[in-house]
Amino acid sequence: MTAVEIAAAVRSGQRSARSVVDEHLDVIAGGDADIHAFNLVAAAQARARADEIDGAVASGRDPGPLAGVPVALKDNLCTRGLATTCSSRILEGWAPPYDATVVEQLHNAGAVVVGKTNMDEFAMGSSTENSGFGPTCNPCDTSRVPGGSSGGSAAAVAAGFAPVALGSDTGGSIRQPAALCGVVGVKPTYGLVSRYGLVAFASSLDQIGPFTTTVADAAAVLDVISGPDARDSTSISEPQPPVSHTLADGVDGLRVGVLAELSGNGIAPDVAAQLQAAVRALESAGASVAEASAPAAVYGLSAYYLIAPAEASSNLARYDGVRYGLRVDGPSTPDMNTATRSAGFGDEVKRRIMIGTYALSAGYYDAYYGKAQKVRTLIINDFASVWEQFDLLVSPTSPTTAFPLGERTADPMAMYMSDVCTVPVNLTGQAAMSVPYGVGDDGLPVGVQIMAPALGEPVMFRAAAVLEASL
Amino acid sequence: MSDEAQTIPGLGAPADTEWETVVGLEVHAELATATKLFSASPNRFGGEPNTHIDPVSLGLPGSLPVLNEKAVELAIRVGLALNCRIQPSVFARKNYFYPDMPKDFQISQYDQPINVDGWLELPSGKRVGIERAHLEEDTGKTVHIGGGGRIHEAGYSLVDYNRAGVPLIEIVGHPELRSAEEARQYVSELRSILVAVGASDGKMEEGSLRVDCNVSVRPVGSDRLGTRCEIKNVNSLRSLGRAVEYEARRQIDQLTSGQAIEQQTRHWNEDDGRTHALRSKEEDYDYRYFPEPDLLPLNPSTEWVEQIRQALPALPRDRRLRLTAAAPSVDIDHIALAVERSMDELALAAISGGGAAERVMTHIVQNLADGSGQLTSEALAELVGMEQAGELTATQAKKVLAVLVEGGGSPQDAAQTLGFEAMDTGELESLVDSLIAEHAEEWSRFCDGDGKLTGFFVGQVMKATQGRADGKAVTQLLNSRRG
Amino acid sequence: MGQQRITRAECAHVAALARLELTEEELDRFTGQLDELLDHVAEVEALDLEALPPTMHALPIANLLRPDTPGEVLDRDEVLAQAPFAEDGQFRVPPVLGEAP
Repeated sequence: MTAVEIAAAVRSGQRSARSVVDEHLDVIAGGDADIHAFNLVAAAQARARADEIDGAVASGRDPGPLAGVPVALKDNLCTRGLATTCSSRILEGWAPPYDATVVEQLHNAGAVVVGKTNMDEFAMGSSTENSGFGPTCNPCDTSRVPGGSSGGSAAAVAAGFAPVALGSDTGGSIRQPAALCGVVGVKPTYGLVSRYGLVAFASSLDQIGPFTTTVADAAAVLDVISGPDARDSTSISEPQPPVSHTLADGVDGLRVGVLAELSGNGIAPDVAAQLQAAVRALESAGASVAEASAPAAVYGLSAYYLIAPAEASSNLARYDGVRYGLRVDGPSTPDMNTATRSAGFGDEVKRRIMIGTYALSAGYYDAYYGKAQKVRTLIINDFASVWEQFDLLVSPTSPTTAFPLGERTADPMAMYMSDVCTVPVNLTGQAAMSVPYGVGDDGLPVGVQIMAPALGEPVMFRAAAVLEASL
Repeated sequence: MSDEAQTIPGLGAPADTEWETVVGLEVHAELATATKLFSASPNRFGGEPNTHIDPVSLGLPGSLPVLNEKAVELAIRVGLALNCRIQPSVFARKNYFYPDMPKDFQISQYDQPINVDGWLELPSGKRVGIERAHLEEDTGKTVHIGGGGRIHEAGYSLVDYNRAGVPLIEIVGHPELRSAEEARQYVSELRSILVAVGASDGKMEEGSLRVDCNVSVRPVGSDRLGTRCEIKNVNSLRSLGRAVEYEARRQIDQLTSGQAIEQQTRHWNEDDGRTHALRSKEEDYDYRYFPEPDLLPLNPSTEWVEQIRQALPALPRDRRLRLTAAAPSVDIDHIALAVERSMDELALAAISGGGAAERVMTHIVQNLADGSGQLTSEALAELVGMEQAGELTATQAKKVLAVLVEGGGSPQDAAQTLGFEAMDTGELESLVDSLIAEHAEEWSRFCDGDGKLTGFFVGQVMKATQGRADGKAVTQLLNSRRG
Repeated sequence: MGQQRITRAECAHVAALARLELTEEELDRFTGQLDELLDHVAEVEALDLEALPPTMHALPIANLLRPDTPGEVLDRDEVLAQAPFAEDGQFRVPPVLGEAP
């Protein structure tokens, strides 16, 4: 059942939230040992919450648009009293004293949190192999990675553990695993969804978004979690129209561009073939399609791998062994800080902290961080020109289908290249999503990325619905 | 190396060199908001440790800062009061590890502060340039346990985050102060301004006003700045004066004995009256400033700034100018003191109510150090009038004033209650005549021109009248009797 | 790869700034990996960026101001229960060695 179906059944009293939740907990219990999508399954809490929702329905109250829908949360979303680790040893056992805004919103909409999902440590990675608690496997082929960093969330939805999961996307961390696991994944416009309670990786790039099996489910969840939040200064202060209502409006007359810089070089032929199929589907639904070009997009990866680590190096300074999480003692506070951080962070996190520290350090700021912020301007300008001619852009979400576990762990640069298609949109703040579109030569899912200008979610979802229906 | 050494102003100066002290001050003031700079936990002094905390001020993962509107308004008030330009500003992260800094970075304003290019006028009329006055968050407090509480000998430390996130304004002055006394005046004036505009309570002893001073010296006439040292832990106006005096002396001694000044941070020790080296500038931290991505640029509208400007109260300088206009012959120090005591309104009203300006100001400076209590401007004006009419002596007026401060009322009633009936002229004349007869020898010496005997006769009169007589009237009478 | 962009010593300095302690092996490995990344990002050196302003925030969002109204505070016991070492209602740390910079 999809999330929309579950909510309808629970609200109408056809099904109890408890039976829905029990059913999903059973699937998790039966399957997660092979997948390791979850860091924590909150079974008792989920059942109690389901009973509350059933109680509300019984007493004639509407629990909300996601009534009884099981939701898995990436383990970097703060949940009061429920461990939130970012898959890092340094935060092991930390139970936040507050809920993230999205967690409150889901709760108020009647959703039921079933657990916290595995991820690359502090969201740094593209395969979920950088987890402090072991990798997650791709449910489509357990010898493959699920993508990352929100691999646990993508896998949870793909495996049927939950119809909905939330992830975070800093450079593709929702879209790329969605593509690799064959589910829908949305990175909303920066500022559309509150970041309050999302443990920061790179503040100017991070955005929370949903994983679902259908486009309609993604729209329903986005409508719940989007909106202004007085606790996030970067949240867009005007409420936006819901995306669910315009899903069926089609793409007739829309101008769609195939973004050349993300669709040619380095894209596997089987992935490129699926993109072509998607383009034909949009065309036959009435869209006009042409090649589009944003030349600076090719520099996205370079700008991203300076900006994101720079912000991260500062965001992750607080893990110092003083207030929460791990402490490895030492004779002095500086020694204790160093011992704690050296033991608590994994290699990829250390690497990025070092890159970021270097890019910001005296004498290098202008050459690295300052220059990257200018490249960011260049990319934004290029996209601005593209939006004068196009309503939407498409590209592959990932250059390849899911790659084997262990293939890229020893080669950080090869891993970074996995983000080449997804990174530019984080730099520009625009909306983007990945929609599953067939399979590659290896039988593994291929995702098509749809990109829209800032706050272009309604149009983006229309195209997503058309692609989904064309399969 | 020796070439460089020779360029240090004053190095190896002869013993008779005249020196100039150069002081630049950085003042941190806690803003008088109800909540913290970026979150809603209370901004309150004291309290049980770690009770004024929330996810943001504790730097918990996932928390985000949201700027306090009132703190911005207070910062703008300070900027306007210091004649600064209010400009679009950007918050930055200053990265360094320290346990009382919950995020291990401080949110501050770096290259684009909210207030720039202002000035502050000392009571003397000297203007001191203000480079900037920017917003930033305070840290928590670390208490060192064991080793007598000394930081280097402590066994461990305890951290309280109640103060973390309290809004601060950091006011950076140009190095244009030329003595310990000027430094003292500058801080005193700045404090008066901060209090006047309601930006801060200005309490140095509670740490809501903290002063770091940069001190250097150079031979008089040199136009280059010497190497400076930064002095921390100056917790009162008095210690500010002492610390600057000491530090300037230390640097002069160092230079005259041929040693260069090392740029360093020094700690003022109130007990031994010395500054002690903390660390040298080479150990300076690489703060890796970059714009705070969780906050957007702050761009207060012109309308808002104008609104704040309109609502500003009269500033100490304006108040001094007004009082000086009303009491032009009164010394500027006394004018400044009256303003500092917030008695300028009282003085102005008493003067415009007919009280002689000099007498009014004398009372304020000499007799109202503990406040004006129930004293009204009408009563003050009337009291001064009675003195001038000879109805009260200076001594009596002081006693009457004390009664008025204590319980209010009119000076007439108070004088009556105290039994200060003015002596009538006849009574005084007969008293003086009888004293002249009684002290014939002294009288003849007085008539011969021995001025000292004026005091003798006045004293006799005062003794006989228990101070009721007006000394001036007695002198006049003596002179007229002498013929 | 062209000239070396980051030396082992610089790498060690950066690690110290970030309060990370690396083994000799890690230092060698990270130096090579960081150098490879810096070499890749050097592609932007060819771009003429002189006239461009840096972008800090992708979207032009106005700053949000919060009214100065006190809100909820955290429960101290709940917070200190998460602390590695607490004493007297405070967070306990080993000697700090010096004042804040």
